[in-house]
Amino acid sequence: MIALRDIRKAYSTEFTRLEVLKGIELTIEDGEYVSIMGSSGSGKSTLLNILGILDDYDSGTYHLDNTLISKDLSQKEAAYYRNRFIGFVFQSFNLLNFKTAQENVALPLYYQKISRKERSDLAMHHLEQVGLAEWATHFPNQLSGGQQQRVAIARALATNPKVILADEPTGALDSKTSHEVMEIFDRVNAEGKTLILVTHEMDIAHRTKRIIHIKDGLILKDGV
Amino acid sequence: MFNRDTWQEIWMTIKQHKLRTFLTVLGVFWGVFMLIFMLGMGSGLENAVFRDFGNRATNIMYVWSSSTSLPYQGYQPGRFPRLNFDDLEAIKQQVKGVGFIAPRTRLDAKVVHGETAETYEIRGELSQMIKVEALKVYHGRYISDLDNDESRKVAVLGTRTAEVLFGRNVGEAIGQYVTINGAEFLVVGIFGPRVIKPWTEDDQEAVVIPLTTMHRTFGMDGRVHYFAVSAQEGYRIAQIEPQVRSLLKARHHVAPNDPRGIGGFNLEAEFQQVRGLFDGISAFLWIVGIGTLLAGIVGVSNIMLIVVKERTKEIGIRKAIGATPASIISSILTESIFITAVSGYLGLLAGVLVIGGINLLMEQASVDSQMFYNPEVNLGIAIGAMVLLTIAGTVAGLIPAMMAARVNPVVALKDE
Ligand SMILES: Nc1ncnc2c1ncn2[C@@H]1O[C@H](COP(=O)(O)OP(=O)(O)OP(=O)(O)O)[C@@H](O)[C@H]1O
Ligand SMILES: [Mg+2]
Repeated sequence: MIALRDIRKAYSTEFTRLEVLKGIELTIEDGEYVSIMGSSGSGKSTLLNILGILDDYDSGTYHLDNTLISKDLSQKEAAYYRNRFIGFVFQSFNLLNFKTAQENVALPLYYQKISRKERSDLAMHHLEQVGLAEWATHFPNQLSGGQQQRVAIARALATNPKVILADEPTGALDSKTSHEVMEIFDRVNAEGKTLILVTHEMDIAHRTKRIIHIKDGLILKDGV
Repeated sequence: MFNRDTWQEIWMTIKQHKLRTFLTVLGVFWGVFMLIFMLGMGSGLENAVFRDFGNRATNIMYVWSSSTSLPYQGYQPGRFPRLNFDDLEAIKQQVKGVGFIAPRTRLDAKVVHGETAETYEIRGELSQMIKVEALKVYHGRYISDLDNDESRKVAVLGTRTAEVLFGRNVGEAIGQYVTINGAEFLVVGIFGPRVIKPWTEDDQEAVVIPLTTMHRTFGMDGRVHYFAVSAQEGYRIAQIEPQVRSLLKARHHVAPNDPRGIGGFNLEAEFQQVRGLFDGISAFLWIVGIGTLLAGIVGVSNIMLIVVKERTKEIGIRKAIGATPASIISSILTESIFITAVSGYLGLLAGVLVIGGINLLMEQASVDSQMFYNPEVNLGIAIGAMVLLTIAGTVAGLIPAMMAARVNPVVALKDE
């Protein structure tokens, strides 16, 4: 599903050059449930953004579902792959405040030019999956943090992507709601979806089936 | 680009930022309104001035005589050439492009009806002077060619003269008789100036009779004091004037280089001058109007920039879930064009309504101002303004849209 070979990434400012990823080798199979751990600034988010084609890399190769994700894709191609292959879940939910839960979930489908009716049906279906069918017409600010994150997960699932990427999805939640959110992830993975999440919390990481430790831009330890 | 979702998005942003949208709309609205309003008012001024010109045919020249200033062919300077009936015939035959000639000979005479006797200006004319000057017939008819052919004793009275002699109901004068210097004349019409102005009072008090009658009855010996010459279609009066003058100079023994002797005047040069003045005013109004409009558009561009800044996060989210740069650009552009076009259209509408309203009010209240008449908005200008606006909206949205397309989702979504 995912194959990274010698991926390198550096951020250059005017005076300094910061090497964040120094040659990542990583293979993730279809249906895996993976967490990425590491200290702050170790490059977890950078790695996840490269996986999600939000960010580009400097050298190496990245294959996603046997498709080469070139390091200099056009913005249009990147948008296409992002839309078809990837579902993102963020720490701070990143829902659009002026859209209802259902409209938020439907938004990725809009960029696939799916008809209005079909969009809202699909969105409703995915809201049901995360147990928020009754909240469909609520706006994000009328929902709790846990509920917002579940809407975000429904949005990530809406396009039926190949992989779900979550950057500290429970980072803004208390332990009880974290638990609820993880239950949804567990179930999504059980249904066969590949899932990669970044976390600081050990107990969250231990719910996944594989833990990758990153330190100083390299994979330190890979396994359970 | 123009599907229901795009409109919903636009509607959303507008609803979210009511005040900001309102201010933007106001800027463009005001710009277009001012442009249309000013051009409309300008047309009011212009129409008022050209109304006077329009009624006074601009293809007309006046010719008169005055005392000579140079000796010529044995004649001393200071001689006063006398224009006469034969001159008219000569001009008609020898100058190409002459339309009609409308002569006038004047005489102050005592006009009597019943107990009332007053001295008025008597004008001997052929039939055409009414076409040349801003005059109109209020009752009855004007002097005709037949009147002249038969030297009939008929008279057309100025409105005020008729009032003095026959009282308020001037129409009743027709069919009655007046006595001019002892000779009886049948009143056949009442005429007067089209617009009453200080300088048209003479016309209200004049009495017009056939020129041939004047010659015979009052012993004027074929004299013509001055006359108007019109140019035929396709001829310019400015070209005819020198020909007429040199012909008359030759006929009356006036030195060809004498600036006096035979006088001439035509409105063409004045007409062109006033035309030029109004073209200047109109250009000025356009510049000011477009300046105002431009300010409004810079406003839109500014607002859209702020919109993009404020929505950086939103744009980042959209990109993360698959929005293409093109879709982002198109949504910002559509929004910008929409706001500009709607507010511009409202401004256009308001401008047209206000100008139309002023026109209607003036007509209903019969306001007759020398300075202002029949303001109007040219359809071409209105369409031009709409096209301009759409382009302006695109331009206004372009920079913000490019900025939006360049938003880096990683940076935009960085969690604090
Ligand atoms: N756009 C950027 N420009 C410059 N430096 C950056 C940029 N993004 C990240 N960095 C730097 O790269 C390093 C890795 O950042 P990254 O966000 O991947 O860390 P992380 O492992 O996700 O940390 P955290 O656990 O705090 O989220 C950090 O030192 C960060 O300051
Ligand atoms: Mg991070």
